[in-house]
Amino acid sequence: MKAQIQGMRRKLTSVAAVAATTMALMGVFAGEALAKSGELLGQPTPGAIDLQMSASPLKYQATEFHNLILMPIITAITLLVLGLLIWIVIRYNAKANPVPAKFSHNTTVEIIWTIGPVLILMVIAIFSFRLLFAYNDMPKPYLTVKATGYQWYWGYEYPDQKISEITSVPLKKEEAVAKGVPYLLAADKPMVVPVNQVIRVQVTAADVIHAFALPAFGLKTDAIPGRLNETWFKADKIGVYYGQCSELCGVDHSNMPIEIHVVSQADFDAWVKTKAPAAPAATAAAPAAVPAPAAGAPAATTPAAAPASAPAAAPAAPAA
Amino acid sequence: MAHAADIDHHDADHGADEKPPFFQRWFFSTNHKDIGTLYILFAIMAGLVGGALSGLIRWELAEPGIQIFAANSSVSLLGLIEQSKHGYNAVVTAHALIMIFFMVMPAMIGGFGNWFVPIMIGAPDMAFPRMNNVSFWLLVAAWVLLLTSMFVDGGPGKGFGGGWTIYPPLSTTGHTGPSMDLAILSLHLAGASSILGAINFITTIFNMRAPGMTLHRMPLFAWSVLITAFLLLLSLPVLAGAITMLLTDRNFGTHFFDPAAGGDPVMFQHLFWFFGHPEVYILILPGFGIISHIVSTFSKKPIFGYLAMAYAMVAIGFVGFIVWAHHMYTVGMSINLRAYFVAATMVIAVPTGVKIFSWIATMWGGSISFKTPMLWAIGFIFLFTVGGVTGVVLSNAGIDYSLHDTYYVVAHFHYVLSLGAVFAIFAGFFYWFEKMWGVKYNEFLGCLQFWIMFVGVNLVFFPQHFLGLQGMPRRYVDYPDAFTLWNHVSSVGYVITAVGVLVFLVILLEAAIRRRKAEANPWGEGATTLEWTLSSPPPFHQFSDPPVIKADSH
Repeated sequence: MKAQIQGMRRKLTSVAAVAATTMALMGVFAGEALAKSGELLGQPTPGAIDLQMSASPLKYQATEFHNLILMPIITAITLLVLGLLIWIVIRYNAKANPVPAKFSHNTTVEIIWTIGPVLILMVIAIFSFRLLFAYNDMPKPYLTVKATGYQWYWGYEYPDQKISEITSVPLKKEEAVAKGVPYLLAADKPMVVPVNQVIRVQVTAADVIHAFALPAFGLKTDAIPGRLNETWFKADKIGVYYGQCSELCGVDHSNMPIEIHVVSQADFDAWVKTKAPAAPAATAAAPAAVPAPAAGAPAATTPAAAPASAPAAAPAAPAA
Repeated sequence: MAHAADIDHHDADHGADEKPPFFQRWFFSTNHKDIGTLYILFAIMAGLVGGALSGLIRWELAEPGIQIFAANSSVSLLGLIEQSKHGYNAVVTAHALIMIFFMVMPAMIGGFGNWFVPIMIGAPDMAFPRMNNVSFWLLVAAWVLLLTSMFVDGGPGKGFGGGWTIYPPLSTTGHTGPSMDLAILSLHLAGASSILGAINFITTIFNMRAPGMTLHRMPLFAWSVLITAFLLLLSLPVLAGAITMLLTDRNFGTHFFDPAAGGDPVMFQHLFWFFGHPEVYILILPGFGIISHIVSTFSKKPIFGYLAMAYAMVAIGFVGFIVWAHHMYTVGMSINLRAYFVAATMVIAVPTGVKIFSWIATMWGGSISFKTPMLWAIGFIFLFTVGGVTGVVLSNAGIDYSLHDTYYVVAHFHYVLSLGAVFAIFAGFFYWFEKMWGVKYNEFLGCLQFWIMFVGVNLVFFPQHFLGLQGMPRRYVDYPDAFTLWNHVSSVGYVITAVGVLVFLVILLEAAIRRRKAEANPWGEGATTLEWTLSSPPPFHQFSDPPVIKADSH
């Protein structure tokens, strides 16, 4: 009997060691993959194990919250539980402790493990609400884009610039390979926006529910027929950003990419000219709305009340 | 928990062991143990089907591109599933529905609940034995409907591919074929089956406890099933209403969820998750009860903080009803509503933490033997913790905007359900193996299966956190090349897990062939609940004279 338990214990520890090694190897593996290619902007990095690289204030804040608050806390809790379990296995197995204790209550520790988590959650909640309200408090937008989900492509409309809907169709595999862009992420016509400007995205759908998502900006908003949801971002790096439809929408759900090109203001203005017949009112108002480069503290900005100079910014109360 | 005293059943139950003939016994059964056995066999069968479907999913996702669900693939020769992207969606949907409604619920509530709740409270049977039989056969009918639904036209192809959440308009205008109607009717029947079962358990537990078995002396598994039954009773009618509206939207021209005529698709999501969130606690609460028994038995110690354990489950059940919209942070709810659901959701971590720490405290100071059920139980405690803390991450709406509907969520709910609920089911299965089947399982094979599955499922689901953090959406048949590595690792994990399942089947076979005679109580002094006072298997009718329960030390 004793030998059997000992054998089992040996088995237990050895397999635990194997599991730990596997986990460690997986970590090394991922680290190697990262070191080789470097982290990619605007798209997933092969083998990466963390949040996609950020390029907007909301995502920076979310990443900080996740990496500096949540991850340490949940790792510590998991390791605490694991440590206690390992200690129990070593110290309180039938061989090491033949006579079991008989206690079944200890009010002090019960209070500690009730109050402790409450305090931890309160700390988390402070940061969580700050982030949630930052998402909600959209600064005055420079530009509104209406994104409409269809089975299975997106349409982007720029009401301020009088640009009617641009359909953005996913590239076929051959096309993507030929252009050297990632298949299932790239579309034929992107949504084009200027850098360092607050972009309001109004999201809806024409047939079934889709979701407009862009990991680098921390965006995810459901596109629901009959509803106009709203979200916003302010991209701070010029580049190409990819997202994917994130609500099951039927056969080609996995091939309904979102591609956003963040360009300089001049490039954006040039792009608008190619798309729209002259719309003087909108283009005149636009530069006036350019704010001084606010040093990325979105929680502090108060979007409401300010009389909108850009005509399209009228409904300031975010629906989402 | 209470100890039974003055028990002398062998005399009391003399002549109570005459069994009816085969057909009458298994098809018109009114015996809670036989019905429990039927449920467990049903759950094993459904689990194998659901597991095979997940095999197709992992096989497809092992590499980028479409291989298995492409025309002329190796699997298409079987002709069972449609070889298209729609076929993949249908398989994902069926995997979820089967695992939830036809594997975990029947195993935990129908199987272990039927078998052991009456025995643990010292009752001779369930309160409504014939209704118990109706519950089981309704579930079989629901199963037949769901399988039929997979093989008839759904609209875009064979089967319904709108996910187990059946959100309209994808489940109305998006799937015009009869497949969705069959799925709705299947859910109706499965729901009716569960509601009848819930009524049965509540009545049994409230009215048929043995003398001296007060609620506060009742074993925690009976507590967990009682709370689960209340959750079922309160949440399933809401689902029934929602899917009935879906049915009339589809077939009779109503517009409950059609925005073009004043309906609201988000309304369905609220109704669905008002059921759906309690549902996930329905899946895990009986597991909590099972784990408590096992931890106490193998530590040879009474459960630490019995009352806190019981009322933590009550709290989880109650709060479980008021957090449903944390599944819907992205639908466009007002900021105050989202803030409320963040706060309410976090609250659940507190009673859950109480349970985890109380299990640890139960083991603390114990004299633990690491038999198969205990391995599963310890595995459960650790992995449920991992799934729990990622749940805390997801409760934050601000983080959920990055992780919602990604593989992070898939990893999270598989850690709490696939590695939580399923580990609890295996723990209970081996804990009560001798009691239920009257034969012993092979201890070495039991441990072997645990370690294979432990490594396998972790390899399947841990890398999915990485995929989710990098933004890979769920329910994708194909993915960009960047997601290849961790998807591949995950699929390798599936193969290991499948080996574990094979070992499980070998355990069943080996036990059936060798037929080592079971003991009444193989676990010794730590096993204190009433089922261990009976023979293994128990007599056909037990407790004709109710046992008398006296208070024990606590």
